[in-house]
Amino acid sequence: MRVNFTVNGRPQEADDVWEGESLLYVLRERLGLPGSKNACEQGECGSCTVRLDGVPVCSCLVAAGQVEGRDVVTVEGLAEYAKQRAEGGCASGACGTTLQDAQLGVPPGEAWGRQAKGTDSQTGEGGELSTVQQAFIDAGAVQCGFCTPGLLVASDELLERNPNPSDADIREALSGNLCRCTGYEKIMDAVRLAAARQSEEV
Amino acid sequence: MDFLRPASWEEALAAKAEHPTAVPIAGGTDVMVEINFDHRRPEYLLDLNRIGDLYEWEVGEESVRLGASVPYTKIMESLRAELPGLALASHTVASPQIRNRGGVGGNLGTASPAGDAHPALLAAGAEVEVESAARGTRLIPIDEFYTGVKRNALRPDELIRAVHVKKADGPQQYSKVGTRNAMVIAVCAFGLALHPETRTVRTGIGSAAPTPVRAKAAEEFLNAALEEGGFWDNGKIITPSVAKQFAGLCSAACNPIDDVRGTASYRRHAVGVMARRTLTWTWESYRGNHRTTEGAA
Repeated sequence: MRVNFTVNGRPQEADDVWEGESLLYVLRERLGLPGSKNACEQGECGSCTVRLDGVPVCSCLVAAGQVEGRDVVTVEGLAEYAKQRAEGGCASGACGTTLQDAQLGVPPGEAWGRQAKGTDSQTGEGGELSTVQQAFIDAGAVQCGFCTPGLLVASDELLERNPNPSDADIREALSGNLCRCTGYEKIMDAVRLAAARQSEEV
Repeated sequence: MDFLRPASWEEALAAKAEHPTAVPIAGGTDVMVEINFDHRRPEYLLDLNRIGDLYEWEVGEESVRLGASVPYTKIMESLRAELPGLALASHTVASPQIRNRGGVGGNLGTASPAGDAHPALLAAGAEVEVESAARGTRLIPIDEFYTGVKRNALRPDELIRAVHVKKADGPQQYSKVGTRNAMVIAVCAFGLALHPETRTVRTGIGSAAPTPVRAKAAEEFLNAALEEGGFWDNGKIITPSVAKQFAGLCSAACNPIDDVRGTASYRRHAVGVMARRTLTWTWESYRGNHRTTEGAA
């Protein structure tokens, strides 16, 4: 079947989609957006977290056909999404982005190299990192990096909803994202750092 | 596989009548796992996401008519006053991502004994509204809904439209045992609701029998003991011996198995502990303390 939906602000058409296929598979294998990670495929780990009409969901548990006509933001579009929100374009969190390069699939190794330098995100050439992304780098919240895209999407949504979260708020918001490297302390640091920086910006 | 995308409830009923083997999918948090792991290859998937009515709820005089697809997140945010037990249960479901998608209709459709909503529905009192194109609507009392392990009273051409849950007329509590606070299937769970208007107590036990069950003998014992001692009027602390006997009868209502999550004897023991605790919490709240919405997972 064919599925039409919006990804990171850009209309997309996926063809020859199998009816039992997940949104995650469509993003990674048909649209060349490997940012959302495929780990548990049962909603346990949160590595595939995306925003569906603004709401954080596990993309492995959304059937491809269910996103027809809907709006998806992946980690690739997160920086632009956060930028537009900061500029007042999208307080509701339900709008997309306009960045044309958001769909460029960047090989994970290359993306990692760029991300580590702090000069670019996976959104394409010349993009800036969002506050949350930069905070994850600065706080050392990334080790193997596999859980990072999901944590970034979940953390960004938390700070959109609650700019000054308590530690309990952070733990609850990230309770659906597993990390097997960091022990979560650096991730907590990163979210606290992002919240502090975000409040300075306002 | 075919993906059916009805745009309205009537279309969905027609599709289910035409293809009784079609598997309804709403939040996808159960169905997609089975498909991803190749445990299930339904001939038809019946997507309910486009039916807006299923995401709405109405607060009536006596009960809340909760649309089958209202996500757990909404129940936690918006129905804490009317359905405190179900709101607490909803908060123990998996993770934010899952609570944003899953709803009570899916829990009922899957009818797993470990579904988090069941003990709260049993304790509050509820009816499941189901409908078919051929025979229209019927309301199934929650006590008659669960018929076996992952089996329910739905007929092949029926879909779950909503669940009518009695509005709380007294304190309710929910307790769940798991290895951590998020992302766990219940080892066992317990829901308790005080109904001061009828001077009754109702219970619900999860994950400790082939289906979710009420501890009816325990309820009858407690109802009699509370009546006899004038507790509803004098608001006295419940006698420890009464609480203990209630807990014992709740344990006895279990018919658990040993599995990877826990042994049968642990489940029986834990249900007794949760029964005593939830009774104490709700009774303290009834007596005028402020513990109505504090939960414990």
